[in-house]
Amino acid sequence: MPDLGKYAAEVLSAYGATCVVLCVLVAATLWQGRKVRAELAQVEKNQDGKGAQDG
Amino acid sequence: MSIWEYANPVKFLRLSERVLPALWVISFACLAIGLIWGFFFTPDDFRQGSTVKIIYLHVPSALMAINAWFMMLVASLIWLIRRHHVSALAAKAAAPVGIAMTLIALITGAVWGQPMWGTWWVWDPRLTSFLILFLFYIGYVALWSAVDDPDSAADLTSMLCIVGSVFAVLSRYAVNFWNQGLHQGASLSLDKETNVANVFYHPLLFSIAGFVCLFLALVLYRTGTEIRRRRMRALMAREVRHA
Repeated sequence: MPDLGKYAAEVLSAYGATCVVLCVLVAATLWQGRKVRAELAQVEKNQDGKGAQDG
Repeated sequence: MSIWEYANPVKFLRLSERVLPALWVISFACLAIGLIWGFFFTPDDFRQGSTVKIIYLHVPSALMAINAWFMMLVASLIWLIRRHHVSALAAKAAAPVGIAMTLIALITGAVWGQPMWGTWWVWDPRLTSFLILFLFYIGYVALWSAVDDPDSAADLTSMLCIVGSVFAVLSRYAVNFWNQGLHQGASLSLDKETNVANVFYHPLLFSIAGFVCLFLALVLYRTGTEIRRRRMRALMAREVRHA
C-alpha cells in the first residue's frame, strides 16, 4: 500500500466510490441480460409448443 | 459488405457474441494495469500530493461521459434518418452507462476538488455543464420508460439527445469558451508543455483504454438485451392477437 499521506481518505474514497458504481453497473447489466434471455427462451418455448399443437 | 448489415438484429447479435468475450478481457486487463500502475507505482505530484492518483478515474470517466452522449447522438440520428431499430436500442442501452460515467466523474471531481480548491462544489462553467449533462441523462432514461410505444419513445428521446448535445459540447469546451472558474484545462494535450507528465500519462492511457473498452462491452451487451426484450414483446403481442 503506497503512503497516501494526508489525502488518504480522499484518494481511497474516490477509488471506493468508482468501484461501487462500476460493480453495480456491470452486475445489473449481466443480471438483466440473463433474466431477459431466460424469459425470451420461455416465451419461444411456449410459442413452439402452441405451434406444434395447432399443427 | 456494408455497416448497415448490422442494422439486422440477428447479424448484430451474432457479431456482438463473437466480439464480447475479447472486449470484456481487454477492458478488465487495461483497467487493472492502468489503475494498479497508477495507484501503486506512480509518485505524488509536487503540488497535489497523492490526490493526483484520482486522475486515473476522473479523466477517463469524464471523457466517457461526454463520448457516450455523442455515441447516443450518432445512434439517434441514424434512427431519425434511416429508422434502424438497432440504433435506437443502442442509444437506449448506452444511457445508463453514460449516467454511471457522469456520476463517477462528478463524485471523483468533488472528492478531488475538496482538498485542492477547498470546496466540494462550485458553480464553475465546466462543473455546471457536467451537472446539466447528468440531468439530461436522467431525463433521457425517464423519457424512454415514460412512453409505451417504443417507436414514439425512440423519436422523442432522439430529439432530447440532439438538444442535450449542446451541454455535452459545453462540458468538453466550457473551460476554453469562458476561460474562468476553478477547473483546469484539458489534462491531455498534444502540446508537451501542457500535457500531463509522462510518469502519469502512460498509466492514464491504459485506464482510458479500459474505460473505453468497458463502455463498448457494456453497450454491446445491453443492446443485445434490448433486442431480445423487443423480440419478446413482439412475440407476446402476437400471442395476445391470436388468443
